[in-house]
Amino acid sequence: MARTDVQLMLDVKAGDEASFELLLHRYRTPLVNFLFRMVRNREQAEDLAQEVFLRVYRARADYVPSAKFTTWMFRIATNLALNSVRDNRYHKREDSIDAPVMVDAEGGDEKVLDVADKHPNIEQHLVEDARVKMIRRAIDKLPEKQRAAVLLHKYQELDYAEIAKILSCSESALKSLLFRAYESLRVELAPLVAVQGRP
Amino acid sequence: MSCEKMESRILAYVDGRLKESERPDVEKHVAACAPCRRRVEEFRAVSGLLEELPVFEPSPAFDARVRALVAAEPAKSNWWAWLRVPPRVAFAASALLVASLLFGYRSRMVEPVVHVDDAQMMQDLPVLEDHDVLTNFEPLKELPPPADDDSDSGSVPQQM
Repeated sequence: MARTDVQLMLDVKAGDEASFELLLHRYRTPLVNFLFRMVRNREQAEDLAQEVFLRVYRARADYVPSAKFTTWMFRIATNLALNSVRDNRYHKREDSIDAPVMVDAEGGDEKVLDVADKHPNIEQHLVEDARVKMIRRAIDKLPEKQRAAVLLHKYQELDYAEIAKILSCSESALKSLLFRAYESLRVELAPLVAVQGRP
Repeated sequence: MSCEKMESRILAYVDGRLKESERPDVEKHVAACAPCRRRVEEFRAVSGLLEELPVFEPSPAFDARVRALVAAEPAKSNWWAWLRVPPRVAFAASALLVASLLFGYRSRMVEPVVHVDDAQMMQDLPVLEDHDVLTNFEPLKELPPPADDDSDSGSVPQQM
């Protein structure tokens, strides 16, 4: 039977490096995807995810399972993401594999970059069609705390109590955040929502 | 139940996470309130749209970078970690200790400080070792001759 996150983390605390590898394998994908949807840049999302794992590792000596491991880990991730978004240290641009990325080259001429060439290891079958772009833009338009609430609620399937701890708010404040976020999303995604609602 | 109270329950109802105790009141309101019923349908549609976002795997180098960061971390601290000093400080302290020991050792090997009177004596030693000078030295003439005449050895008289 697979060990729980808490058991793994306690083993890491005891010096078992292999347990840390298991945690890394278990959460690398959801963490990177959460951070990408927050900061909207794949490279920065991976940098932040690496920072999360590093902080988890650093805290191993003092780790006490007072909360769920996911609550703790996503709290670190959310704080890093919110700081990143608020500091505007990263450019929030959509990383589309198919769409060319225009950058200002020296001399003022725009240069088209092939994203696939820049990131040759990105899976080529991920095609961002207009529908997905619209959904991404709608999430991106949300204020960062509403965005974090939606992403944690929808993709990490964390319960309200956990999300409230991560966002340092009450459960009622969290439910209000989610309600306002979904209200905004249903307006932004109205064309798609209308299609979805058709019998 | 009012529409305002529905705000805090609607998402849980859409996601199926509503408390069983609240479900009857919520379903009753939704059945009776067209705006709330529409909101439930649209929230459900939004939730479905969010599931369409693709999930991607981290880059192949991701794990290696995490391992490199972890490997660069200092060893786990323990209760005597406060004794640990930065390498430069440790080197400087060691160098100082070695220098102190070396200086102390060499100090013992250096010739002792010579007092002025002794220095003067040693300066005068060639004179004092001169037999003719000693035998003509007035104060010594009052002393009885030694039992064994070893004046050729150049011994310094005990009383100066």
